Amino acid sequence: MKDIIYFDNAATTAVRPEVFEKMKRYFCDNFGNPSSIYKIARENKNSTENAREQIARVLNADKNEIYFTAGGSESDNWAIKCIAESYSNKGKHIITLSIEHHAVLHTCQYLETKGYDVTYLPVDEYGIVDIDKLKSAIRDDTILITIMAANNEIGSIQPIEEIGKIAHENGIIFHTDAVQAIGHIPIDVKKMNIDLLSLSGHKLYGPKGIGALYIKKGIKINPLIHGGAQERNRRAGTENVAGIVGLGEAIRLINEDMPEELKRLTYLRDKLIDGILKNIPYSRLNGHREKRLPGNVNISFEFVEGESILLLLDMKGICASSGSACTSGSLDPSHVLLSIGLPHEKAHGSLRLTLGRNNTEEEVDYIIKELPPIINRLREMSPLYEEFIKNKI
Amino acid sequence: MYSEKVMDHFMNPRNVGEIENASGVGTVGNAKCGDIMKVYLKIENDMVIDAKFKTFGCGAAVATSSMATELIKGKTIQEALKITNKAVMEALDGLPPIKVHCSCLAEEALHAALWDYAEKNGITIEGLEKPKADIHEDEEIPEED
Repeated sequence: MKDIIYFDNAATTAVRPEVFEKMKRYFCDNFGNPSSIYKIARENKNSTENAREQIARVLNADKNEIYFTAGGSESDNWAIKCIAESYSNKGKHIITLSIEHHAVLHTCQYLETKGYDVTYLPVDEYGIVDIDKLKSAIRDDTILITIMAANNEIGSIQPIEEIGKIAHENGIIFHTDAVQAIGHIPIDVKKMNIDLLSLSGHKLYGPKGIGALYIKKGIKINPLIHGGAQERNRRAGTENVAGIVGLGEAIRLINEDMPEELKRLTYLRDKLIDGILKNIPYSRLNGHREKRLPGNVNISFEFVEGESILLLLDMKGICASSGSACTSGSLDPSHVLLSIGLPHEKAHGSLRLTLGRNNTEEEVDYIIKELPPIINRLREMSPLYEEFIKNKI
Repeated sequence: MYSEKVMDHFMNPRNVGEIENASGVGTVGNAKCGDIMKVYLKIENDMVIDAKFKTFGCGAAVATSSMATELIKGKTIQEALKITNKAVMEALDGLPPIKVHCSCLAEEALHAALWDYAEKNGITIEGLEKPKADIHEDEEIPEED
């Protein structure tokens, strides 16, 4: 077994060696600016267009509907801010979800300071949107619905096909942050009525600093980044050629592997969930049991705090994350865990393990074995546990 | 993120546990904010002869509890009052800015235990104010460097 066991694939993933191999030549040798006219530059233009084609194929889009960005956050910012601006004559109301990534939530909050009105839809106890609540939130001045495809913390998968249908029946544009979903579960922009979709390279074994925004043909959108004619006048800046090539290759490979990987990871995920819940009392699964990403496990342990769990796991060479306040950089635990109705103390005691292509069953067995003594050890020094046991007796 | 000393006191916390028939017990913090410290003191002839703790919280919360109980052992009550959050932090070779509140909580937990001791014995400890149950109320989160 490896020295480091990486169970944080929702945070970022390791670049596939074959992806890195394809990227290498664009740094020192084929460094030409794709906008230049000489041969080494023209070749690079072909390489970026090839990557665009690869992404389009995976999404069932046209290659001219794919625009490269610096990552998921930029894609979300661009989609939300610039759709809001481009359609402001129609209305200033936006609908989103309370458990969105901060790239969406904070962007919506920013728009509120600019005179827009935003509805933050609640989710049920499993982190899934209530379609009836979505329908009743729609107003005459609603211009955009932005709802994530799958949640980064608890892995809950939203019914985006249905959401897109409702948006279109009401003449509203539908954007989805699919950063966690692309390459992991099937996404088809045509079938799912998606107008704009954000994706990121480093969540699918590609490089960091590269992403894309799918913009359906016919959608009006101003640029977020001004200053050049790249990306058909919609996103300025010299192309990150190596990144684009890496993203194209990574998305092609992950899509090829998806049917098998989906099965394998779902099996490992369920084994991990069952193994933890069975071996550790006073623990609960956060998120939906089935409507969740194949690699996502998120469990709360009562009477203990998340960062302490992470530090002790780190001592065992296991990388994971938590929704506790101490790991969120504020005094409040994760907004996602609070949104599904978890009380603060249970949200503080959450552990997220996200599996990926490099994880093995042996590693899953290892953490199932290593976790109970860690939780026990922390409970032994927890005044909450002491109180609980005393009240029980 | 944490100093070696903090990690040492987190991995091998000193004085974890309870003291039966403790002279004073203090609990501070709340589950909402993610940390609770409970400190037990055994005091004889004005001297803290033993200290134990139980803590729900992050690595810094455990380490500051451990260090605070280490520092208070063998001190007279008046000396114990001089153990500030700064002293706990210095003894741990510092804490990240966002974790400073853990050391404040540790100081407050010691004071709460001393307060409990004074109340039980009907005495007044000079210089000891009634501890706040929750130090987070008037706290601001420091900016990251």
